[in-house]
Amino acid sequence: MTLLGQFALWVALLIGSFGAILSFSGRWQDRPDLERVVIRSVYAVAAAMLVASISLWKGLFAHDFNIEYVAAYTSRNLPTYYIVSAFWAGQKGSLLFWAVVLSCFASVAQLLTSRRYADLLPYVAGVTSTVVVFFISVMLFSANPFQRLGFTPEDGRGLNPQLQNVGMVMHPPMLYLGYISITIPFAFAVAALLRRQMGSGWIVAIRKWTLVSWVFLSIGIVLGMWWAYVELGWGGYWAWDPVENASLLPWLTMTAFLHSVMIQEKRGMLKRWNVALIIATFLLSIFGTFITRSGVIASVHSFTQSNVGYFFLAFLLTAGILSFTLLYTRWPSLEPEAKLESMLSREAAFLFNNLALVGIAFSVLWGTLFPILSEAVRGTKITVGPPFFNRVNVPLGLFLLALTGIGPLIAWRKASARNLQRQFTFPVGFGLLVAAGLLIDGMRDFYVILAIALGAFVLGTVLQEFFRGVRARRRMHGESVPAALFNLIARNRRRYGGYVVHVGILMMFVAFTGMAFRVDKEATLKPGESVTMKSPYGGTYKLTHLGVSQYNALNRVVSAAAVQVELDGKPMGVMKSEKRQHVDSFGRPTFEPSTEVAIQSGLREDLYIVYAGSVDGTEEAVYRFTINPLVWWVWYGGIVLVLGGILTMWPGGGGIAETRRTQAGYEATLIGAEAV
Amino acid sequence: MKPGHKFLFGAVLIVGSVSLLMFQGVKETGVYFLTPTELASKTSADPTFHNVGVKMGARVVPGSVHRDAATQTVDFQVTDGAKVYPVTYRGIVPDTFTDASDIEVVVEGRLGTDGVFHATDVLAKCGSRYEAVPKA
Repeated sequence: MTLLGQFALWVALLIGSFGAILSFSGRWQDRPDLERVVIRSVYAVAAAMLVASISLWKGLFAHDFNIEYVAAYTSRNLPTYYIVSAFWAGQKGSLLFWAVVLSCFASVAQLLTSRRYADLLPYVAGVTSTVVVFFISVMLFSANPFQRLGFTPEDGRGLNPQLQNVGMVMHPPMLYLGYISITIPFAFAVAALLRRQMGSGWIVAIRKWTLVSWVFLSIGIVLGMWWAYVELGWGGYWAWDPVENASLLPWLTMTAFLHSVMIQEKRGMLKRWNVALIIATFLLSIFGTFITRSGVIASVHSFTQSNVGYFFLAFLLTAGILSFTLLYTRWPSLEPEAKLESMLSREAAFLFNNLALVGIAFSVLWGTLFPILSEAVRGTKITVGPPFFNRVNVPLGLFLLALTGIGPLIAWRKASARNLQRQFTFPVGFGLLVAAGLLIDGMRDFYVILAIALGAFVLGTVLQEFFRGVRARRRMHGESVPAALFNLIARNRRRYGGYVVHVGILMMFVAFTGMAFRVDKEATLKPGESVTMKSPYGGTYKLTHLGVSQYNALNRVVSAAAVQVELDGKPMGVMKSEKRQHVDSFGRPTFEPSTEVAIQSGLREDLYIVYAGSVDGTEEAVYRFTINPLVWWVWYGGIVLVLGGILTMWPGGGGIAETRRTQAGYEATLIGAEAV
Repeated sequence: MKPGHKFLFGAVLIVGSVSLLMFQGVKETGVYFLTPTELASKTSADPTFHNVGVKMGARVVPGSVHRDAATQTVDFQVTDGAKVYPVTYRGIVPDTFTDASDIEVVVEGRLGTDGVFHATDVLAKCGSRYEAVPKA
């Protein structure tokens, strides 16, 4: 099977290169037969990549340990679903995953793109094929997943225990899907530049694909946070680790684009900025892949060092130079159609939103690269950690949160005093009320009060929008409240989906403040001994160590330490945290022992228990207990965010014409609302 | 003032405050990342450097790890091949921290005048973490 897989990679390389060269030669422009060849080459590459992927999966499932990749990431006793995920668990397999998914996305993009933009497709094909060819080359010349060993081990090494987690089955592919699908909007942008089609139409195709990758990337990031929380055992979900930052960077620039593109659609402004954002997003996604694989920046998540990094660096530089040069040559044709008329306008709010998002992205990039930069400039490596990122990003994030409430409600062009009063009286009042409540409650942390009050302000704007929309529909169409709500959302998916996303964001912001109140305690306990901890809400936990038991499970030896939990004297059950030593099918240990934390989650706080080991093999156990307030709201917020994103991109909700119509309809609802 | 100018003013304000925040952030929270050899030369050149918090990246000397579970203290030695430092740390070390083979660690803390590195944080990175070829 590896022979077939290898062969398929070569076939895909040749067809992909041929298609890309033909595409960029431009010869197809008055030769429909050549145009068809370019289009079909994309399907052929996808088919070949699917053959290659199936042969790797066959090798994984057949336990063909003569294949180095299979031996390195699976073992006979590995559960089936982890064999599936072993496909992308290692460097080489994830490169194959990337290439196959991109070639499939490129095919789907060709199939789904409407005839209106069909003349962009051959160039789109050229760009996507170039990227696929790059990934295939990396595999063939540096990291071949079909590499055979000189011998056949009797069993494989197995999957890293930290990857043996349900979240980890889904987290990397979601993140990859997000990273990979960014190539499609990038390809459309480059195609539009190449064809000199600078009208506003092509931006629709780009926006829809950007939304798709935004949703995937959001899911990937939230799952990654969840995995870090459940599996890494340090008690938090975001450490500003370089690899985490790398996934956040394209998300930030994409979010900026999704906002500023509205300005281009409505007012014909910011065209250059939008193209630059799409290019930057693509480059950042490649950059993220580069730093996870090259080992240039130390990170707990990174693959080990390999020369694959040089390939990525070269590709990153080439793609950056070529695409910005292309943008530069088309600069005059991207002249804005309108000028900013007032600072009190939606345009201005969106511009500031973009500046803040890009500012955050820049500071995150700067902090991530700082060790390298400082070493290059000053000769000593200086690292910055969470204190740096929090210091810079907390104020910027709060500014952004405020704009989340202002942007959608303020009028286009120039807001009148009447507009401001009508739109903001209730939300601002609501925010102030919440701030006052917190102050009375004894809260004194400035940033926490500000974050929660701004969250309330944003929630107020969203509630007001839904309320007014429903009321207007009831008045105009005589619908019941649920029917009015349903139709309101269904007919304005983009608008109300966006509001739902904003609610998800504000839930996460409020949840982040909980981390300011986390409580930690380390203790060494003999069976029967207990320790008490005060919750930030005032309750007292009593934690009693019951004992340590040992047993064998499927592919591991487990030591489980049990803790009995009581809150203010009320029993809350027994929590079990484990140390696991994974073994292969011959009972030999593989990997270092790993920790399985015990978590009891609630709406208010999580109790998080790490069993760190025993004293000299006795039942005396070393524990770390942590109380993490509001963590659940991060996950709930993430779910709301993703649902909102899906709502926004749900097909049928409207292209650009529809948007205009709903905007007009919105004006009507406003007039309806005013009449009260 | 034209709206364009006003916006420019706002933009400069934002960019300026981002830069200021970043500059101060680096100045106040930046931590040196040194190898044991670099740390030795820094402290011998400037004795006040003992009080500066640093991160040190090195490898654990195999067999040097002593754990005292009762006090949750771990003592070990690290080296970059040229200079060896004893390290003492109180707290829970990560799962990947073993002295079985040459593991890479990053220890954060200060070098005491007693020549012992007092760590406040230990990060371990197993060289074979994600990528490992089974030894037959």
